Amino acid sequence: MTAYIIRRLLYTIPIVFGVLLLTFVLFTLVGGDISIEIAGKGATAETIEEIREQYGLNKPLFLSWDSQFINHFKNALTFDFGRARDRELIIDKIKRGVGPSLALTVPMFFGVVIISISLSLVIAFVRGSVWDVSAVVICVAGMSIPYLSFILFGQYFLAYKWGLFPVFFSPDLTMAQNVALPVLIGTAAGLGGNIRFYRTVMLDEMRSDYVRTAFAKGLTTRRVLFKHVLKNAMIPIITRVVLAIPFLFLGSLLLERFFGIPGLGYLMVEAIGSRDYFVISAMTYISAILFVVFNLITDICYSLADPRVCLE
Amino acid sequence: MSEHQQIMKEVPQPVPKGRLRRAQSSRSLWADGLRRLRRHKLAMVCSAVIVLYFLLAGSIHLAELCGWRVGPMLWAEQVGQSYEPPSSTNLLGTDIFGQSVLRKTLYGAKISITVVLCASLVSIAIGVPLGAVAGYFRGFVDEIIVWIYSTLSSIPYILLILAFAVVLRDKSLLGYKLTGITAVYLAIGLTSWVGICRLIRGEVIKHKDREYVLAAMSYGCSRRRIIFKHLLPNVFHLVIIDFSLRFVAFIHAEVILSFLGLGEADRPSWGAMINDARIELSRGVWWQMVAATAAIFLLSLALNIFGDALRDSLDPKLTNDQNKYE
Repeated sequence: MTAYIIRRLLYTIPIVFGVLLLTFVLFTLVGGDISIEIAGKGATAETIEEIREQYGLNKPLFLSWDSQFINHFKNALTFDFGRARDRELIIDKIKRGVGPSLALTVPMFFGVVIISISLSLVIAFVRGSVWDVSAVVICVAGMSIPYLSFILFGQYFLAYKWGLFPVFFSPDLTMAQNVALPVLIGTAAGLGGNIRFYRTVMLDEMRSDYVRTAFAKGLTTRRVLFKHVLKNAMIPIITRVVLAIPFLFLGSLLLERFFGIPGLGYLMVEAIGSRDYFVISAMTYISAILFVVFNLITDICYSLADPRVCLE
Repeated sequence: MSEHQQIMKEVPQPVPKGRLRRAQSSRSLWADGLRRLRRHKLAMVCSAVIVLYFLLAGSIHLAELCGWRVGPMLWAEQVGQSYEPPSSTNLLGTDIFGQSVLRKTLYGAKISITVVLCASLVSIAIGVPLGAVAGYFRGFVDEIIVWIYSTLSSIPYILLILAFAVVLRDKSLLGYKLTGITAVYLAIGLTSWVGICRLIRGEVIKHKDREYVLAAMSYGCSRRRIIFKHLLPNVFHLVIIDFSLRFVAFIHAEVILSFLGLGEADRPSWGAMINDARIELSRGVWWQMVAATAAIFLLSLALNIFGDALRDSLDPKLTNDQNKYE
C-alpha cells in the first residue's frame, strides 16, 4: 500500500509539470505581455516599464536562471502567486474565497449524492414500470434545461416573486440563509444527470448473476438492493463522488455570480472580466493539484470498497 | 416416421436464387444500426428536430453569404416599442431596442450550431489521429500522448475552457484575428478532444491484434494505411456516438461563455439573450428568457434522446457517459 502510494505520488510529478507548462504556454507565450493593458490608456512608457518590472515581464522567457519560465515553476511550487491586478496577494484572495465557496458547494454535494443514489435505488426497484420510464424522461428533460435558466427562474420565482429567500448575498444575514437558495437550485439542477448515471450503474448490477441468486434464495428486495447491489455498485459511485470533491473548492461560477457570494467562483468571474491572467493561472494550477490528489484517494478507496482490487 | 424421413426433413430445401443471395449478404454495422434506429419512433422525431435546427443554421449562413435580407437576418430591425409583450404581430415580443425576440432566437441557432460543428471538427481532428497513433504504436509516443491528455484532464473542464477562451480572445492566429466566437469554438475544441482520444486509443489497442489488421500487415500495407484505412473505419462509429452526446455539453458551454461575455459580441446568441434577461426578469419581462431557454431545451432534449438511441443501436456495450458540467 505505502509503496503504491509513493509510486502514485511520483506519477503525479509529470502531471503537475504538464499543468505548469500548459499555464505558462497559455498565459505567458500565447497571452503575451499584458503590461500595456494593466497600465491602462494613456500610460507613459515609464509606468509600463514599472509594471513590467513588478510582474517580471521584462525578464527573458527562457534560458536564464531568472527567466520567466523558471520563475513560473518556482512560484507555483511555493504557492507564491504574486499579486492580482488590484494589488492584493492572490493567495489571500483564494484563502478568503474558500470559506463561502465550501459553504455553498458542500451542502449541494451531499444533497445531490444522497438524493440521487437513494432515488436511483428506488428506480432500480421499480425498473421497467411506468415510474421508471417517467423518471428517465424527467431526468433527461432536467439535463436539457440550461443551468443558467435553473438559476434565473429559481432566483426570480423563489426569491424575488415569492420572497422565500434573500435575492442577493448580504453580510447581515447568516451564511445558512444566504446559501439556502443557491444550494437548492444547484441540487435541483444536478439531480437529472446524476440520477440517470446512478440508475444505469444500478441496472447494470441488477442484471448480474449474483442478484438472481440472491433473489432465488429468497432474500427480500430491500436486502438485495442495499446489501448486494449497492456494495457492488460502489466502484463507479466512488469514482464519481470522490472526483467531484476537488470541484467543491472551486465553488460554482454561475451560482456565486448570480447570488453575489464572495467565493472562488466569483473570484474567477471577476478575473475573467478584468482579464487577470495571474488569478486564472493560479486557480487552474490549484484545482489541478486538488484533482490529482483526489484521483489518488479514489484509487485507494477502490481497494477499501472492493477487496478484489489490489494496489500493486 | 421412419429414420429416413426424419433425416430428409432436416436437409434444407432448395431455395430460389434471389432469396439465397439476399440471405447471404450480411448487413453492415451502419445498415444494421440504422435499421434499429428507424424502429425507435421517438428518436426519429428527435432527429427531425435536430435536422430542422441544422437547416435553420445552414440557411442563415447561406442567406448571409448571398446577402438576402429575410426573416431572422433582419434581427437588428426595430419592429415595435421597447419590451412589447408577445402578441400576434410580434410572436415572442420585443427586447429593449424593440427588436423581435423571435428573430433573435432563430438567429441564435446559427451561432450555437456553428460552435458545435466547428468545435467538434477541431476536437475530432486532434483527438482521433492522436488516439489512433498512440494506440497503434504504443511505447514512447503513447506515453507522450497519454501524458498530454492526463494533464489536460486534471484541470476542471469548465476552468480549462474559460482559460483558453480568455487567452485566445482577440489574438491573431496566422494573420487571422480570432473574434469572440472563433475563440469560443477553438477553446471548446482544444479542450474536449481528450475524451475521444482516450476512447479511440483504447479501441485501437483492442483491434490491433485482430485478424484483419494482421492480414493488412501481411499484405505489406504501410502503417499509415493500416491506421487510416483499416483501423479507423472500424472504430469510427464510436466517434459519432460520442459526439452526438457531447453536442449538448458544447451548446451549454457556448451559452455559459456567451453569458460571461466571452462569446459573440455583436450578434444575438442564446447566452447573450439570457444575460439580457437577468435584468429584464425583475421588470416582469420574461419572453426573452423563455424563448432562449425553450430553444436550448428543445435542441438539447432532441440531442440527448437521439444520442442515447444512436448509442443503443450502434453499440449496445457502451455505458452512459457522465455529464461533465456543473
